[in-house]
Amino acid sequence: MTTLLLFNVTNGLIIGAFYVLMALGLSLILNLSGVINFAHGGFLTLGGYIAFALSFHIGFWGALVVAPFVVAAIGILVERTMIRRLYGRDPLYSLLLTFGLAFILEDGSRWYWGPQGLPVTVPGFLAQPLSSSLFFITGYRLFMVAVAAAVIVALFFFLRYTRLGLRIRAGTLDLETVSSLGVNVRFLRSFNFGLGIFLAGLSGVLAGGQLGLIPTMGTTLLMPSFIAIIVGGVGSLPGTLVGGLLIGVAAGVTTVFWPSASEAVMYVLMAVVLLVRPRGLFGEEGMLT
Amino acid sequence: MTPRRLTADQIILIAVWVALLTVPLWIGGVGGYIALASRVVVLGLAAMSINFLLGFTGYMSFGHAAFFGLGAYGAGFTLKLLAANTLLSLLLGTLLGGVLGALLGLLIVRRRGVYFAMVTIAFGQVFYFLAYRWNGLTGGDDGLRGFTRAPLHLGPITIDILNNAEAFYYFVLACFAVATGIMGLLLRSPFGHTLLAIRENEQRARFLGIPIERHVWASFSLSCFFMSFAGALYALLNNFADPSNLYYVMSGNIVIMAVLGGIRAFWGPLIGAAVFVVLQDYLSSITTNWMSFVGLLFVLVVLFFPRGLLGFVRARGPQHDTVAG
Repeated sequence: MTTLLLFNVTNGLIIGAFYVLMALGLSLILNLSGVINFAHGGFLTLGGYIAFALSFHIGFWGALVVAPFVVAAIGILVERTMIRRLYGRDPLYSLLLTFGLAFILEDGSRWYWGPQGLPVTVPGFLAQPLSSSLFFITGYRLFMVAVAAAVIVALFFFLRYTRLGLRIRAGTLDLETVSSLGVNVRFLRSFNFGLGIFLAGLSGVLAGGQLGLIPTMGTTLLMPSFIAIIVGGVGSLPGTLVGGLLIGVAAGVTTVFWPSASEAVMYVLMAVVLLVRPRGLFGEEGMLT
Repeated sequence: MTPRRLTADQIILIAVWVALLTVPLWIGGVGGYIALASRVVVLGLAAMSINFLLGFTGYMSFGHAAFFGLGAYGAGFTLKLLAANTLLSLLLGTLLGGVLGALLGLLIVRRRGVYFAMVTIAFGQVFYFLAYRWNGLTGGDDGLRGFTRAPLHLGPITIDILNNAEAFYYFVLACFAVATGIMGLLLRSPFGHTLLAIRENEQRARFLGIPIERHVWASFSLSCFFMSFAGALYALLNNFADPSNLYYVMSGNIVIMAVLGGIRAFWGPLIGAAVFVVLQDYLSSITTNWMSFVGLLFVLVVLFFPRGLLGFVRARGPQHDTVAG
């Protein structure tokens, strides 16, 4: 029982790390540009598949590094050609546009790579369990969590201590003032969008190594990421971090006792948070609400 | 005596009803079939229901498919478990989705803008997972089967809406007329005008002493009732209900129908539904990649056609930040 519980808590933390990576990207874009990026899951899927295609040429490690940048570049292209035109318009339109893009990305992956799952080979030494009693902690799982943690820490450092990061945070609060202080807001939004998509692409690569690749992998991660943001509080990145881990672990623990309710528990958690503290755990009153 | 001039709205009203009432005469001629027309009317009603909230109150819900699906399952349960009575199934289906929507509305009505959209999506998914997971009751992924719409007994007359597609079409149309009639009356009432005031300038409306939350809640709940009525009709149309009826993709499809037709026009969503349903029917018959084409439709509508087909009524100006970007 203890092992089972530990197994599922670990699982929950790992899946929670994916929710966090995904939700942080969504949050960045939502906070600065007011766009709910429905295509985020599509970019995640794309990241996984691009890494798969690249890995035949530059190996697993090369693909891990290069694929997220490729996806980010595609994201920036999308932002520059389409999403940019919708800033300042009713958020309805950017939501619908990214909704359509999500269809195209998912269906495109299915068309190009096929509907069946594709296995991703990870380097042999990472695939081994670390000990026989804790069979479920493979090197790859630790590796995933370590990469996710490193990237999250780097992101928070970037936002806290660099000029660009400062501008992104300032823009989240008051974009108009930031613009009038001479900051190139067009560039800032493009960069920020690319950063968010980079995180999605990276989660795609990491998830592919653990779960294999299927065209719907991004879509299934999208909804929990929304919940992570709502639970943590819209507008707060630390909130998104806590929210993601929280719903991951909650779902993991629920799997032990009542497997078919593992999705439902996230929504219950969200409902409770909305009832007790409508702004979310770390949200600020009035922020995008 | 000079003939009275008709306004654009009146011309559209007459054109819509002439076209709808004469469907059996021309649908075959343009390569359609009567069940497709029923589908257009039902999904048109769904799109008009969501537009009650979206176009006439200014709140976007992306979880309305949940109430559509609840209506569908409600009607299915009634026919399967309670009684073979079509009207009762419509009533109970509508109540199931409407009442749950009204309760949920209490929880989300204070949210605004994109946050409102996100919360509605997320709550909508709750009902999707219920339908998907609760195998014993709902049939899970396979959907709810084993029910059929029952013939109508109106006093001494019995109308066979099960086997006669034309009779069923006119039954659907009658339901559509009642629902859109109520919707139109609501929008013309002082209540409806208050909703428009909230859409145009919520802050000013609040300063005028209008209880915003109560009105938004009422609008949300009403649109849920209309939506689940449409969903109940949809179950009758297909003699089937499945979890995809509640999925957020369904919400997106219904919203794009409304936008495609024009969210500022009363009949816009119906026109949008007609175009969307016919296009989807056609695309799925010629390609397995119809999902990409539907996605492309979303992108093209947003980029080049945001006001919709009937969008000449009035454009929606920039409301949010005006920073160049």
